[in-house]
Amino acid sequence: MSVDKLKRTVLGLIAVSLFLVSGAVLAEYPLNLTEGVTETSHRVYELHMIILYVVTVIGIVVFSVMTWSIFHHRKSKGAVAAQFHHSTTAEIIWTVIPILILIGMAIPATQVLIFMEKTGDAEMTLKVTGHQWKWQYDYLDEDITIVSALHADDRAAAQIDSGINPESIDNYLNNVDNPIVLPIDTKIRILTTASDVIHSWWVPDLGWKRDAIPGFINDNWTNIKKVGTYRGKCTELCGKDHGFMPIVVHAVTKEDYAVWIEEKKAEKAEAALGKDMTMAELMEKGATVYAANCAACHMAQGEGAAGLFPALAGSPIATGPAGDHISKVLDGKNLMPAFKGQLNDVDLAAVITYERNSWGNDAGDMVQPSDVKAAR
Amino acid sequence: MSDAAVHDDHHDHKPTGIGRWLFSTNHKDIGTMYLIFALTMFFVGGAMAMVIRAELFQPGLQFVNPQFFNSMTTVHALVMIFGALMPAGVGLANWMIPLMIGAPDMAMPRMNNMSFWLLPFSFTLLLSTFFMEGGAPAGGWTMYPPLVFQLGDGFPFLIFAVHLLGISSIMGAINIIATVFNMRAPGMTFMRLPLFVWTWIITAFLLIAAMPVLAGGVTMLLTDKFFGTAFFDAAGGGDPLLFQHVFWFFGHPEVYILVLPSFGIISQIIPTFARKPLFGYSSMVYATASIAFLSFFVWAHHMFAVGMPLAGELFFMYATMMIAVPTGVKIFNWTATMWKGSMTFETPMLFAIGVLFMFSIGGFSGVMMGITPVDFQYHDTYFIVAHFHYVIVPGIIFGIIGGIYYWLPKWTGHMYDETLGKWHFWLSTISVNVLFFPMHFIGLAGMPRRIPDYSTQFADWNAIISIGGIVFGLSQLIMVWVVIKCIRGGEKATDEVWEGAHGLEFTLPSPPPFHSFTTPPEVTEASAHS
Repeated sequence: MSVDKLKRTVLGLIAVSLFLVSGAVLAEYPLNLTEGVTETSHRVYELHMIILYVVTVIGIVVFSVMTWSIFHHRKSKGAVAAQFHHSTTAEIIWTVIPILILIGMAIPATQVLIFMEKTGDAEMTLKVTGHQWKWQYDYLDEDITIVSALHADDRAAAQIDSGINPESIDNYLNNVDNPIVLPIDTKIRILTTASDVIHSWWVPDLGWKRDAIPGFINDNWTNIKKVGTYRGKCTELCGKDHGFMPIVVHAVTKEDYAVWIEEKKAEKAEAALGKDMTMAELMEKGATVYAANCAACHMAQGEGAAGLFPALAGSPIATGPAGDHISKVLDGKNLMPAFKGQLNDVDLAAVITYERNSWGNDAGDMVQPSDVKAAR
Repeated sequence: MSDAAVHDDHHDHKPTGIGRWLFSTNHKDIGTMYLIFALTMFFVGGAMAMVIRAELFQPGLQFVNPQFFNSMTTVHALVMIFGALMPAGVGLANWMIPLMIGAPDMAMPRMNNMSFWLLPFSFTLLLSTFFMEGGAPAGGWTMYPPLVFQLGDGFPFLIFAVHLLGISSIMGAINIIATVFNMRAPGMTFMRLPLFVWTWIITAFLLIAAMPVLAGGVTMLLTDKFFGTAFFDAAGGGDPLLFQHVFWFFGHPEVYILVLPSFGIISQIIPTFARKPLFGYSSMVYATASIAFLSFFVWAHHMFAVGMPLAGELFFMYATMMIAVPTGVKIFNWTATMWKGSMTFETPMLFAIGVLFMFSIGGFSGVMMGITPVDFQYHDTYFIVAHFHYVIVPGIIFGIIGGIYYWLPKWTGHMYDETLGKWHFWLSTISVNVLFFPMHFIGLAGMPRRIPDYSTQFADWNAIISIGGIVFGLSQLIMVWVVIKCIRGGEKATDEVWEGAHGLEFTLPSPPPFHSFTTPPEVTEASAHS
């Protein structure tokens, strides 16, 4: 093959692959980091692009030299080997130039890092606690707690032989039962911690992730600039359902945020009254709470997982005295977390009642929010 | 053929039967056993990778439950790192170092036997956990507490498997150091050692420094679980992050333990097929030593997201970026070795060039992730999966495979099937890029690692990746066929094997006698330096 013909072939191949790639970009082939919606995420994105360009240029130069050598210094083209094996000048050049490039990258990187670590002057604080496998959000200034787990529709689809096409669910695996709401244009301090194992809280549009470590608190901050819904994931392996504990943040205006806070406070006050509920109410609420909090381990039909998680269907706890059942759920045991800090009296009463009267369990009794309150 | 080699032939009686292998103290036989073991584990770990890629072929759960999926990713890594890559490196060291320095065998042949035979026991412990209550390890190969404590009956098996591997590696390392320091042929000064030997000495020191740290870390896990200590439990005054610091103090040097022998191999291969001496021999040695030294000061770049003080994040960022300098020197030296050479492209050379290109890609993404603020986005996504697989598969495994093709005629006395070798290279190279390159994209776009199911926007890339994975896995069977075919027969290999080959191993007959260099050869400036 002549050099010209080779060049034409290579150029042709490049053109074809560029065409294919450009077509692909428009379809479902995501390629790059998000620019995000905070100043941090913008600065991180810019830094990412700078470094990407720098390494791409270095790559092109180095690979070109290698490729040139491969095509021209080959024995079949009659190349005779030179016998040089040392050049101090060359060695100094290719040590110094990379050092200069690296210093050039380190300067903006240092600036962005210092900017990201300035956690002071926050206007509000959100504490994020990772549990296996859901997120708990405490609005420390408002005394409101939200527990946020994978949405029941997503969970139903994410089972072997579920028969549900994931494509039929919008934002598959990125939906939660209780999204959190945050105000825009507000510097929010975000504390991350965990109750059981290490998790990591990541919303790409905010521009960072940070581990949530049991026994320790990390502080971070964000200031969202745009109203919208931003989705993220747990990014530290945290056991069986690591892939199934998404994050959904609704960023709203400060006014809408104030309205939402009032709603949540009202709900909380309602739950604290401890009003008795009917069996139907308890069972309906219990099914929802069960799907979000219990089904990950004890499975949808209470069948558990042999050797790992006990079955609830027919279990001595769920069919025995209600008092034992309540205390087990409140305080946890081994891998089972203590739910008293995560769920309110209404939710707990509902889910315990549900467990005692489902999948063939027929205790027949009702656990009322007042019973849970008394047992705390 | 040298006089010494002819002389050896008269004493070339070898033990027979199973005892030849069980009680072997011969560096060649032990090297062979290491390589066979590594190849077996390569396919065991590869089978697990196939399960992972099958599950990820499309969104939704099709084949395995999430717990078993986590076991697959965890044990895939442990088997590949400790079962395939490290034993392959030690196997090549066993076979080649005595031949390259003109020594009759390793310095401590019985310890050599024990280093090898610990491995099958260790992996029996590890793989038996699949049949236990609670299943195989599923908390990641990094064994982070507290998650690792949720492992069932398999927990102590995991810890003791790691202990045995550590003992095996340390004994192997001591043996290599003792051999090179004491058993070089007359005239074989340190600065005349072939680069493969140099990289292995440095690797051996890394092993001795790093493996005991891992052993200490996993022992603390054991006492936390069974003896009431609280090294890693905040409730008892401990810190889960302590384990991560201890682990990565081992883990980062471990990366270089894996990669340096591969660097050594391609430093042998490229000069041979460029028919030109290695460019910058001494700077190669110093660059390797610098990489090894720096590798002890960068461990926390694996854990930028844990929330370190700013000063710590800056220190580890700068230290990490510095590693790019000696690594760059090596890449440039290899390129300069090819420059104005007279190259031919037999299979070992193809794999070496593959390393040059694709290890560089892993290096570029490595520099990107060394930048702390952007790593807050990249960390624990498929971007890192792409990065370390580029380093390990086309960086390390291609180097090892290149070494196997390079020395296979020496070991067996037959040339391998060049056509099949080229097929192996091209299929592997194309599929490995289809397999790992798109992982950069889905990682940047937000797909976390270690998940059994994913959001639908990642579906198309994952399907492509899985296809690449299956083709890559199947392509490796070609290598098995080539090796078997080469052992059974083929064109007779000359002593020199390759036209441009230099070094003491190529002064011996192919295959070398069972006992070689019983009389040490003389090494001169002219005969040294491949």
